[in-house]
Amino acid sequence: MSAQDNVSEVGAALPKVRADYLPLLLPLLLAVAAWPFIPSGSTWITLTIAGLAMGMMIFVMASGLTLVFGLMDVLNFGHGAFIAIGAYLATLVLLPLAGWMQADSVWLNLAAVVPAVLLATGVTGLLGLAFERIVIAPVYGQHLKQILITMGGMIVAEQLLYVFFGPQQIPLPLPASLRGSFLIGEAAVEKYRVVAVLVGLAVFLAMLLILNRTKIGLLIRAGVENTEMVEALGYRITRLFVGVFMAGSALAGLGGVMWGLYREQVNAAMGGELMVLVFIVVIIGGLGSVTGCFIGALLVALATNYAGFLVPKLALITDIALMVAVLLWRPRGLYPVTSR
Amino acid sequence: MMPLSGDPPRSRILTVVLLVIVAALAFAPFLFPGSKPLNVAAKICIFIALAASYDLLLGYTGVVSFAHTMFYGIGSYGIAIALHTMGARWDASGLGLVAALPLAALLALVIGLFSLRVQTIFFAMITLAVASAFAVLASQLSWLTGGEDGRSFRVPELLRPGTTFIENLFGVPVTGRTLTYYIVFVCCAALFLALLRIVNSPFGRVLQAIRENPFRAEALGYRTVIHRTLANCIAAAVAAAVGALNALWLRYTGPDTALSFAIMLDILLIVVIGGMGTLYGAIIGGTLYVLAQNYLQALMGTVSTAAGDAGIPLLPHLLHPDRWLLWLGLLFIASVYFFPTGIVGKLRSGSQ
Repeated sequence: MSAQDNVSEVGAALPKVRADYLPLLLPLLLAVAAWPFIPSGSTWITLTIAGLAMGMMIFVMASGLTLVFGLMDVLNFGHGAFIAIGAYLATLVLLPLAGWMQADSVWLNLAAVVPAVLLATGVTGLLGLAFERIVIAPVYGQHLKQILITMGGMIVAEQLLYVFFGPQQIPLPLPASLRGSFLIGEAAVEKYRVVAVLVGLAVFLAMLLILNRTKIGLLIRAGVENTEMVEALGYRITRLFVGVFMAGSALAGLGGVMWGLYREQVNAAMGGELMVLVFIVVIIGGLGSVTGCFIGALLVALATNYAGFLVPKLALITDIALMVAVLLWRPRGLYPVTSR
Repeated sequence: MMPLSGDPPRSRILTVVLLVIVAALAFAPFLFPGSKPLNVAAKICIFIALAASYDLLLGYTGVVSFAHTMFYGIGSYGIAIALHTMGARWDASGLGLVAALPLAALLALVIGLFSLRVQTIFFAMITLAVASAFAVLASQLSWLTGGEDGRSFRVPELLRPGTTFIENLFGVPVTGRTLTYYIVFVCCAALFLALLRIVNSPFGRVLQAIRENPFRAEALGYRTVIHRTLANCIAAAVAAAVGALNALWLRYTGPDTALSFAIMLDILLIVVIGGMGTLYGAIIGGTLYVLAQNYLQALMGTVSTAAGDAGIPLLPHLLHPDRWLLWLGLLFIASVYFFPTGIVGKLRSGSQ
């Protein structure tokens, strides 16, 4: 078949898309700009790594939301619920296995954490399937109803967490091998933060690879551009929708587990609180863009950490200030993807 | 039909129900003496006006805002801070109002210009973010707002419960509390009628056109951003005024009474149940909701305890009064699905 050749020919005829690298530099610029204000280099390193770790975790939570919006034009206000549910599910495994968690063996720690993560992502993925089919499917294309209904879903999910797990905070200690910190020069770096950065990077790279190098990714990107055309070419867009929604929910669950371990406690209100942060990140990144979401998450987390150290009171509004600044520069976010 | 701006209820049952509600509220101090019923009546008035101002956004303009409690809170805190720092004086409450209303409108203007020019979904997200930041800020700036404890304050002499005007009118003493109730009632009624006037003005018609089809409205030459932003400002100013009335009635302002997200949910529920895009829905929804909240929530507690005594698993937790929001959320989702036009819409379609 010469279809392959045709495609490449057509591709060659298209004008080259101008690469836009400027936003990529922003986190770097922010880190450099913070340098002179922070008294010691080791503090700066600690703060930067803390910011990176927090940013990666927020990215893991936010990536699903932005992908779902880009593909399906659905803004899920209930996304935060999946984050909280993921964290609560992890406690179901980690608390009974507390003995393994506290053991001084990496393998025993892993034997507790891996099933917890699998349970959390698996169940949030399945819940995502149910949520998409039952709650969101009837209101496709109706923004107003989507916002109202997913918001209602968020409230109900949060309240159900209270019903099943009680109103108290649940402590969620880190496994023994991830506790403590090591020194780089004079800077203390917490082990768990490094792990969080690695997991976040892995998720980001995996998403980029899937989106840019696989058939599914091609279909998803095509769907973001023009849903009807993908359907007209004979692909079942509904299946794609469901799959992406499940993946997004599972990522939210994973982010919830990471966040719960980071804070070493879990409570039902965390979904709502993180939801706000996730929204800010997604807006900064440009609705629908994975790369933009990644940069947005890093920016927000770094700014929060630096501001929290320099002017603690100001840290409350750094996210908003950052969002306003970015929107003044680019009114549709760093990388606006969709034409919607 | 002058005061109704040519927009009557358009349903016989609806008219009767509305007349009963308004009459009951107008004579509440004499019909239902006692402090709890009067509290409920004042809360109904306040929620009717608040929900009506939100309906201007949700129902008439078709944008979802999650910052309505923020504006409500600005009004509440304006009165509270002014009366707390300057003492129980009339000029203090005036100053609080004069400071709060423009602040709310200005903030609404900034948020609107920022986020409404792209798309309404942006607006929903940004209002949520700004409102939650504002709530955190209000609870942190404790030197100004009193933090989590909020601000209790004394109201001017004339409005205090101790002030008695008439010892016995139809068997009920007329006190400063009665006067405060009537201030709340009259102001809320005036705000409601003003909103009715606005939605039936040419401006209101443009808002509805934008709701139905923003693209076509733009093509006809109406600046959608300007209209939406202006609607946002009006709604914000009305919400702030209602917040001020609420503070005056409660003689207290704190995060729970003025800024909590639960109030936002209450407003959403009232507007959706009553009927989006029909201001009369706010009256029906507000009355039903506040009555349910005050009398059903207590019932939930009783049933929950009874279920607990009977040894039924899980049910006591599900029916615990703290889980009130769970049932509201379910009711909310169900009404968005099955009654998108709300009670007023049902009654109107039934009568035609």
